[in-house]
Amino acid sequence: MTKITYIESNNKLHTVDVPNGLTVMEGAVQNNIPGIDADCGGSMACATCHVYVKEEWFDKVSKKENGEEEMLDMAYEPNKFSRLSCQLIVTDELDGLIVTMPEKQA
Amino acid sequence: MIKTDTLIIGAGPVGLFCVHQLGIIGLKCEVVDNLDKIGGQCIELYPDKPIYDIPAVPKCTGEGLTNNLIKQIEPFKPNFYLGERVQEIKKLKKKWIVKTNKGSEFEVSSIIIAAGVGSFEPRKFPTKDAEKYEGKQVLYSIKDKKIFKNKTVVIFGGGDSALDWAIELSNTSKIILVHRRDEFRGMQASIDKVNQLKDEGKIDVYKKYQLNSVIGKEKVESITIKHDDDTIKEIKTNYVLGFFGLIMQLGPITEWGLNLDKKTIPVNTENFETNKEGIFAIGDICSYPGKLKLILSGFHEGALAARGCFKYAKPEEKLRFEFTTTSKAAQERLGVKK
Ligand SMILES: Cc1cc2nc3c(=O)[nH]c(=O)nc-3n(C[C@H](O)[C@H](O)[C@H](O)COP(=O)(O)OP(=O)(O)OC[C@H]3O[C@@H](n4cnc5c(N)ncnc54)[C@H](O)[C@@H]3O)c2cc1C
Ligand code: FES
Repeated sequence: MTKITYIESNNKLHTVDVPNGLTVMEGAVQNNIPGIDADCGGSMACATCHVYVKEEWFDKVSKKENGEEEMLDMAYEPNKFSRLSCQLIVTDELDGLIVTMPEKQA
Repeated sequence: MIKTDTLIIGAGPVGLFCVHQLGIIGLKCEVVDNLDKIGGQCIELYPDKPIYDIPAVPKCTGEGLTNNLIKQIEPFKPNFYLGERVQEIKKLKKKWIVKTNKGSEFEVSSIIIAAGVGSFEPRKFPTKDAEKYEGKQVLYSIKDKKIFKNKTVVIFGGGDSALDWAIELSNTSKIILVHRRDEFRGMQASIDKVNQLKDEGKIDVYKKYQLNSVIGKEKVESITIKHDDDTIKEIKTNYVLGFFGLIMQLGPITEWGLNLDKKTIPVNTENFETNKEGIFAIGDICSYPGKLKLILSGFHEGALAARGCFKYAKPEEKLRFEFTTTSKAAQERLGVKK
C-alpha cells in the first residue's frame, strides 16, 4: 500500500492508500475521489485523468511514454507538471505522492 | 416524423450489433450518432489499433471491427443519422417521441441507448471569455472556409486538423498558428509544409503558448496568448480556431429522467431496461453489478435488450427463440433464404 494525496482544485485533500500495481487514476476512481473522469478507462485516449504532479515528485514518477504528451495537448489547461494519471503506476517509491486535479477535465 | 420500432442512440460497436439483433427478430430501427462517422470509440479513438478479445476474431483493428459490423447489419438496411445529437425524448401515450439537435424526429415504441461514454463533442478553450464568441468568431470546426478570406485567423492546436487548416487557409488568409509545445504531432509531411510556410513568411508560428484571453465587444478584436514562462502577447485577429480533438460528454442524456450512477445508467440484467419503461441501455453506458466495459459484453447486452424491445413493438405477438442456422424467418430477414 502506498499513500497518495489527491488535491481537488478547490484545495480539498483526499489521502488514501492505493495498492501497488494500480494506477494513480484507479486509486482516485476506486476511492470515489472527484476530479478524475478517466472516460477511456486508462487507454490513454481521453486525457480526462489529467493531474498536476507536485513539483518535488515530478522527477520521481515514471517518464512519459510515447503518446502521452500528444494526449496532454488535449487536456484542460496543461502545464509542465501535467501527467495522465492512468499512466502512473503506484509503487513503494511513490509513497507520499501528491497530485492536484485541474479545475475540470474538459 | 419517422415512425419505426426502435431508435438506437449511438453507432458504436454495441449499437451496431444491436441493429442485427433487432433485425433478426423482425424489428426495424434507425440509428443516430453525433459523430460524422459510424463506429464510436473504435473509429474515433483507435481505428488502427488492434483488438484481441472479440470472440472468434483473433485480431482486428477498430476500423476493421466497424467495417465488419456494418457488413453484418447490411441486410437490415438501417438508416443512420450522423452528425446529429439526440436532444430530447418525450413519452406520448404508448410511444416515445425523440428529437435531435438537427430537427429529425422519430416516433418509436422503444429506445436503446448505446451512447458509450457520451457523445463526441469538440474540446473547447478553457478561457471563459471565449464562450461569448463561440460559433461566431471562435470556432471548433469549419463549415464554410470562405468566411476567412482576407481575414486574420489564429489557429490553436498541434495535430493534423490544426496543421491542415493552417496550410489550406494560408492561401487566402493571414494565419497565426499557436501550439502549447515545441513539437507538432501531425503527419511529417504537414509539419514540413508548415515549417516551409513559416520560413517563407506565410504563417506565423508561436510555440509554448496557450490562449490567455479574448478581447472584443460585438466581435473578437484581439486575443492574448501566454508563454510557458508567463510572458503575454497580444494578437489582433478576426477569427480564433481551436483544434483539440474530441471529448465524450453525456450531455442531454442526463436530462431524460433516467437514474444515473456517476456517468452510467443502471439497468436490470434480464433485458437491460432502465428505470423508464421502453428505454434500454447497453454497452459502456450501462451499469450493473460486475459490468465490464468490453465490446463482447455489449454484444450480449444488445441481444437481450432487442428481445426486451419486442413486447413494446408487437405487444400481441409472442417471441419464439430461434437459431439463425435453422430459422426460416431469420434467414428471410437476412436475405439468405433461397
Ligand atoms: C484505445 C482503446 C482501446 C480499447 N480496446 C478495447 C479492446 O481491446 N477490447 C474491448 O472489448 N474494448 C476495448 N475498448 C473499449 C471499447 O471501445 C468500448 O467498450 C466500446 O467502444 C463501447 O461501445 P459502445 O457502442 O457502448 O459505445 P461507443 O463506442 O462509445 O459509442 C457510443 C456512440 O454514441 C454516440 N452518442 C452518445 N450520446 C449521443 C447522443 N445524445 N446523440 C447522438 N449520439 C450519441 C457517441 O458519439 C458515440 O459515437 C477500447 C477503448 C479504447 C479507447
Ligand atoms: S483515462 Fe483516458 S487518458 Fe487516462
